[in-house]
Amino acid sequence: MDNGFFVQAIIYLTSAIVCVPIAKKLGLSSILGYLFAGIFIGPFVLGFIGAEGQDIMHFAEFGVVMMLFLIGLELDPYKFWKMRKFILGMGSMQLIGSAFTIFILCQLFLDWSWQTTVVIALALSLSSTAIVLQTLKEKGLSQTSMGRSSFAVLLFQDIAVIPILAIIPLMVSGSHVETDNLHTSLIADFDAWIQTLIVIFTIVAVYFSGRLIIIPVLRMVAKTRLQELFTASALLLVVAVSYLMQLVGLSPALGAFLAGVVLANSEFRHELEGDIAPFKGLLLGLFFIGVGASINFKLIIDNPTFILVFGAILTAVKFLVLFGIGKVYKKSSDQNFLFSFGLSQAGEFGFVILSFSMQLNILPNILANQMMAIIALSMLSTPFLLLINEKWIDPYFGVKEKEVRKHDEIDEQNEVIIAGFGHFGSTIGRLLRANGVNATILDHDSDRVDLLRKMGFKVYYGDATRLELLKAAGAEEAKIFIAAIDNPEVNLSVVESLRKHFPHLNILTRARNRVDAYELIDHGVTKIYRETLYTAVHLGVDALTQLGHRKYSATRQGQRFIKYDEAAIRKLAAKRHDKMAYLATVKDEIEMQEQLLKNDLHINFSASDHAWDSEHLKKQISE
Amino acid sequence: MAQNKILILFAHPLFEKSFVNQELVRHIPISNHITFHDLYEEYPEFDIDVKKEQALLEKHDIIIWHHPMYWYSCPPLLKQWIDMVLEYDWAYGKNGNVLKGKSIFQMITTGGAKENYCATGKDRFTIPELLEPFNQTAKVCKMNYLPPFVVHGTHKMDENETVNHAKNYAELLLFLTKNELNFEELNKHFYINEWFTKLKTNG
Repeated sequence: MDNGFFVQAIIYLTSAIVCVPIAKKLGLSSILGYLFAGIFIGPFVLGFIGAEGQDIMHFAEFGVVMMLFLIGLELDPYKFWKMRKFILGMGSMQLIGSAFTIFILCQLFLDWSWQTTVVIALALSLSSTAIVLQTLKEKGLSQTSMGRSSFAVLLFQDIAVIPILAIIPLMVSGSHVETDNLHTSLIADFDAWIQTLIVIFTIVAVYFSGRLIIIPVLRMVAKTRLQELFTASALLLVVAVSYLMQLVGLSPALGAFLAGVVLANSEFRHELEGDIAPFKGLLLGLFFIGVGASINFKLIIDNPTFILVFGAILTAVKFLVLFGIGKVYKKSSDQNFLFSFGLSQAGEFGFVILSFSMQLNILPNILANQMMAIIALSMLSTPFLLLINEKWIDPYFGVKEKEVRKHDEIDEQNEVIIAGFGHFGSTIGRLLRANGVNATILDHDSDRVDLLRKMGFKVYYGDATRLELLKAAGAEEAKIFIAAIDNPEVNLSVVESLRKHFPHLNILTRARNRVDAYELIDHGVTKIYRETLYTAVHLGVDALTQLGHRKYSATRQGQRFIKYDEAAIRKLAAKRHDKMAYLATVKDEIEMQEQLLKNDLHINFSASDHAWDSEHLKKQISE
Repeated sequence: MAQNKILILFAHPLFEKSFVNQELVRHIPISNHITFHDLYEEYPEFDIDVKKEQALLEKHDIIIWHHPMYWYSCPPLLKQWIDMVLEYDWAYGKNGNVLKGKSIFQMITTGGAKENYCATGKDRFTIPELLEPFNQTAKVCKMNYLPPFVVHGTHKMDENETVNHAKNYAELLLFLTKNELNFEELNKHFYINEWFTKLKTNG
């Protein structure tokens, strides 16, 4: 293998490993870490990577492709249908509003041709799915009102890219297309309308071949029971669809998205997700590094005012349009700030549209490069804007971290703190309250915080992993801390931080499932409550009684099963480390199930229990 | 004469393994005047619905605690039932008169032979002696505590004998629904089943 490859790999990986933890330590998102890693190793700072940065970008765009494949996979048609109002309403308002405003402003102040302006306006009005979804996931905001709206808008944009890319060739309006640049597209020699037809045909073909060819093939591969073969087919699938899309001059990301949707309802959904996710994570990181490295500082230095002013105005326009939409949909102001700042950047689809138009000669090269620099800069700005929002804007406009109380009111200290007041935490809170125990609540959904405050709960708003918030909520004086946050990773980091800084606290932790529980056991947590255990056993007990078992015996069997399983999980947690694989992949989970089922075979629950059973007495009598 | 209504409060934690009790329960006559109430099936988690139990008691004239003899007492759920349902000012106390005048007795199965239950036997006490706490509980609730129905030797009982006991139990239940009881005569006997057998043979 070429030595250059190793050197490059070392440079990229090292920069990521150095920069991302630093960013995390500073409380910034990992995206910023990657971006800065890219800038540092890029041609304008250390110069470790030069022109090949562009190639890396092409390669790394694959991370975005895979992300869209995964988004497609998660797009349950039913969920899609339920969100249609938001997707269509918010999405179209955002796209049309932003594109139209940018178009008018550019036409007024710049002397571009109308085609150029249309392309630029469309390219810039799209936001970055990569940045926004990654941020939502990191901050655990996916399930808040702002998270759902962001997803709706992004989804509309992802879909809108299809018609946008289909329309752009039409704007060439008969003028001769310079074919030199179009080496990637097989169909570039045809007329624009034929190209459009071919594009539509390809999309339909992908849809049907997914149903009729890919799923049967995957079934065959699954039967071989070779995990790596399945991973290979998953990769092949994504690569092939992307290549096909490139052949017809469309964004590979769209193809992947489409393939994802086609497979969303197949039985392979979760396996595909598990197989693709690690590649996606790595490549997405690489993509952000690539964005950082490809920021052309020379262009910026040549004409800094234009790029900075244009970038600032662009962000402001997008922000204002989004904020207006938020008002229309009656968002509370801090959800609206998050929503509007979160989506205020231009995104990776902008790159796609710009390079596509460049190939069609709609855009002059320099302008396209300037625009790309603007997009990269605006992507860079988002994490900072969110930080500014969190530190300085939100505290004044949004839901307060702590409720402002009148001076004469004594701030009484609760003995119990509940972090996360979703379905799980709220049930605990209600039970405690019904018994006269008031708990202090930490939650990061501002709408819910408002409601809870109205109901007289003592609520702290914000990110429960933050030490200051934990202190403010009284973690130093409290006796019991209940970690009931929906997102298992956030929950885990809260628990970790508590154990470090407040060792006296009695921590009761929610675990989503067995895998989470292992993770918590590894961190030395003892009081773990798996949400999937008690309910499932309860249902199993009822199933037994409906099969004719006595209710009391079934109940006792259920109680024993819980004890047995809780003991087993501790044993298995220790055993788990003997294995090489540490990350719980789909395969591991199957193995875990197998292990459990095998162990169960050796257990005879009633063997050790003679209560009320007179068999042994009868034996003794007959002897 | 209005018929007596009987409530059988059945408590057995391992009913599925007790052949004798299965036969006894299977023979209970189907009647509007006999209510069979399976406590372990109703309250597997011991969360007894006190109001519901009290309403049931109010509707009946004769109560039967039907249970196996465990460690000279009743299974834990029946004790829980007694503790929770027989409330102050409802079952006992100055204003607790709801159960006043109702009759109560125990239907007991035990592995031990009758000979063992006496001062010189293995078990040192007679069954009525061992059941004194239940007797006293009934007295506090102003009820008539009757001698128990006892099935001895369940560990080595054959099917015939079991069915005979079960039939006897069933006949007694029907008899009780239809007849006023002569408490004086009844209380002269050790077990209610002895009294009933005598009654039947005497015509």
